[in-house]
Amino acid sequence: MDFDFSADQYGLRDEARRFLEKQCPVSHVREFLDDKAGWSRDLWKQMADLGWMALPFPEQYGGLGQSFLDLVLLLGELGRSLAPVPFLSSVAMAGQVILAHGSEEQRARLLPGIASGDRIAALAVSEQPQGFGGTSIDMHPTQDGDTWHLNGEKKYVLDAPAADLFVVAACVGDQNRWFVVEEGARVTPQTTYDPTRGAGSVSFDDAVADPLEAPFLFPGLQLATAAVCAEMIGAAEKILDMTVEYSKQREQFGRPIGSFQAIKHKCAEMATELEAARAAAYYACWAVASGAEDAALSSHIAKSYCSDQLAHLAGEGVQGHGGIAFTWEHDMHLYLKRIKTAQVFLGDGPYHRERIARIVGL
Amino acid sequence: MDLAFSPEETAFRHEISAWIRDNLPAGWGTPEFKEPKTFEERLEFSRAWEKRLAEAGWAGISWPKDYGGRGTTLMDQIIFHEEMAAARAPQIFINFVGINLAGPTIMAHGSEQQKKRYLPKILDMSEVWCQGFSEPNAGSDLANVQTKAVLDGDNFIVNGQKIWTSFAHVADWCLLLCRTDSSVAKHKGLSYLLVDMHSAGIEPRPLKQITGEAEFDEVFFTDVRVPRAQLLGEMNMGWTYANTTLANERGPAFLAHQIRFRNSLNDLFDSAKRTMRDGVPVAEHPAFRDRLARAYAEVEIMRYIGYRLVTSILRNGRPGVEGSIAKLYWSEMVRRFQETSIAIAGLGGMLDDEDGFDGGKWNRGFSMSFAQTIAAGSSEIQKNIISERVLGMPRGEVWAPKPKEKV
Ligand SMILES: Cc1cc2nc3c(=O)[nH]c(=O)nc-3n(C[C@H](O)[C@H](O)[C@H](O)COP(=O)(O)OP(=O)(O)OC[C@H]3O[C@@H](n4cnc5c(N)ncnc54)[C@H](O)[C@@H]3O)c2cc1C
Repeated sequence: MDFDFSADQYGLRDEARRFLEKQCPVSHVREFLDDKAGWSRDLWKQMADLGWMALPFPEQYGGLGQSFLDLVLLLGELGRSLAPVPFLSSVAMAGQVILAHGSEEQRARLLPGIASGDRIAALAVSEQPQGFGGTSIDMHPTQDGDTWHLNGEKKYVLDAPAADLFVVAACVGDQNRWFVVEEGARVTPQTTYDPTRGAGSVSFDDAVADPLEAPFLFPGLQLATAAVCAEMIGAAEKILDMTVEYSKQREQFGRPIGSFQAIKHKCAEMATELEAARAAAYYACWAVASGAEDAALSSHIAKSYCSDQLAHLAGEGVQGHGGIAFTWEHDMHLYLKRIKTAQVFLGDGPYHRERIARIVGL
Repeated sequence: MDLAFSPEETAFRHEISAWIRDNLPAGWGTPEFKEPKTFEERLEFSRAWEKRLAEAGWAGISWPKDYGGRGTTLMDQIIFHEEMAAARAPQIFINFVGINLAGPTIMAHGSEQQKKRYLPKILDMSEVWCQGFSEPNAGSDLANVQTKAVLDGDNFIVNGQKIWTSFAHVADWCLLLCRTDSSVAKHKGLSYLLVDMHSAGIEPRPLKQITGEAEFDEVFFTDVRVPRAQLLGEMNMGWTYANTTLANERGPAFLAHQIRFRNSLNDLFDSAKRTMRDGVPVAEHPAFRDRLARAYAEVEIMRYIGYRLVTSILRNGRPGVEGSIAKLYWSEMVRRFQETSIAIAGLGGMLDDEDGFDGGKWNRGFSMSFAQTIAAGSSEIQKNIISERVLGMPRGEVWAPKPKEKV
């Protein structure tokens, strides 16, 4: 029984934290807030030089031969620094879906570009605001000989403005599966609540689509879901750190507000939510990465808990700061919006709890 | 990171599960089985069952062989708990304090002689223990213990009162936290005595609990003589030793509770499927369905947290302050879980026992759930510990009584 990361994995985390504190302070993140399609190409380039994009892919596809689990703490650091780069989408979601579902030929064709950072992939699942997955997918590809075509629009596609490659969930008969669209996707960047992130709608007009070999959404969707949770953990850790730190410095009534039990208990509750969320997210990452029996269940457990409890934590973080957190100037709102967006992305709490209910036979 | 069990661990799992299957009390788990109801019935039942476990060597799995244990790993102990729970075997009841609190504390701080004297008798069930910490004026503020022990030659003379002492009226021995020096800061003047509950001058009076049963007591000590040899460790070091006891109370027994809750969850789901509300089973009623799924997620997360706790013990040798986070999560989760369960009953929750919903089982569970957030350090105390020791926030709040107005 060893439910913790290795010394090497912690080493990478520390290195990533040092690098991002230096190269991606919030002032850098703020350069992109007003630009719907903006993201940091500079940072991306440096990350590619460090080999981060290559990390979780096998060597024959230009990767470093590490596993999905080696990504987990790194994703947390990217969440903690609000890094304005499409790493989650390209490497941890779309890239992992291709790795898990693609044929040998598809992997060899698509992964090297993703692993080098030259190509950026995004995951396109949702079509409507309510509900997620399953019957909410209404895009039906048409087949013409050996060639498939996609028509219609995907919405809420994270990092769509940065992407040049789309991994799209579509429905064939009564089976949802993944298609890759390399050309002909039209992206409309949209204004996001989380201004550190780009998102948009992606429409296809008879775009050529290549079906990934393994004909289901799972396990790719679970990997993507677990990755989102891993990233949320980092942002939530930062919120707790900021709130505790502020409570030690800010004085009212002649004493640090962190000496008031109301504030102390709020922080203790946040720490407890965070630890439970960590346990759930890391367990899901392990379960989906190792194909455990309860992989699907654990991803729903993790996302439902992270969605709702970390959103609660983020709200408490704002509350613990008072008026200063209500300003654009202060960074807290960026974290709040990061978590609120992740809360609903790839399924909100009620969606994932309904999945749990079905799996456990309720 | 690897959550898989080793082949040895899996073999051990098979061994223990086969043993449990062959040794469960006759009729246990069948509809005909008459569950012990009163405290006395439960006591008799659990003595027999726990003795059987002890005789087969399952009581102190990770305890050293020298003291009657099996000398194997913490993982084996956890697997034992898991299998016991999975088989829905009767829970450790009467020997809980002995195995989980007295044993580990004596092992950590007792003399060799004390270990040889007390530990085997915990394991063979010949001596039952209770924990005499709380007093009327020392609950959360445990360091405020006032029960006095004064050294008189080779004996301590003990006077004072304990309260909420579980099993005191059936216990043979007591872990007694008492004051041996009143002239120093309150947590520096405490000592930890191992007290024979059959000594002259000890009077336990059972207190009827929220469930109607008497499981805990108030205990009066009047001029009780305790031989000096029964002092644990050193004089005035009791606070340190008490913290060992408390850490074990918040420790690995945790995982066993988790699986028990998984069993309860299954029962609850069955209940929710066969109970109708607005013409549909409660399990299909959206508001309840969401709560039930949430309960499932929270119980599973307790398992994950348990694994993290175990990993930290395996890596660092002892449970850290994260124990407080685990304790807070789990206690609050139990409260929510029991609220969800009793909510399924609807109006049925107005009645109890033979008239109640599912025989009043969820009513009892609901009442019992408050023990989790009060005992072993209340939720508020855990939050103090987490904020001060994990997050490093300022200690204590300043409070001063209002100055009396001059007339
Ligand atoms: C079922 C059960 C079994 C028990 N078994 C045993 C046993 O075997 N042996 C034993 O020694 N004890 C036992 N206890 C006692 C238990 O440890 C105490 O009840 C517990 O420590 C709380 O103390 P108290 O009851 O005096 O409550 P109090 O300390 O008076 O607390 C009352 C309320 O005030 C809050 N509070 C107190 N101090 C603070 C603070 N500093 N900050 C914020 N809030 C605070 C508490 O959280 C609580 O909500 C048992 C209790 C229960 C319920």
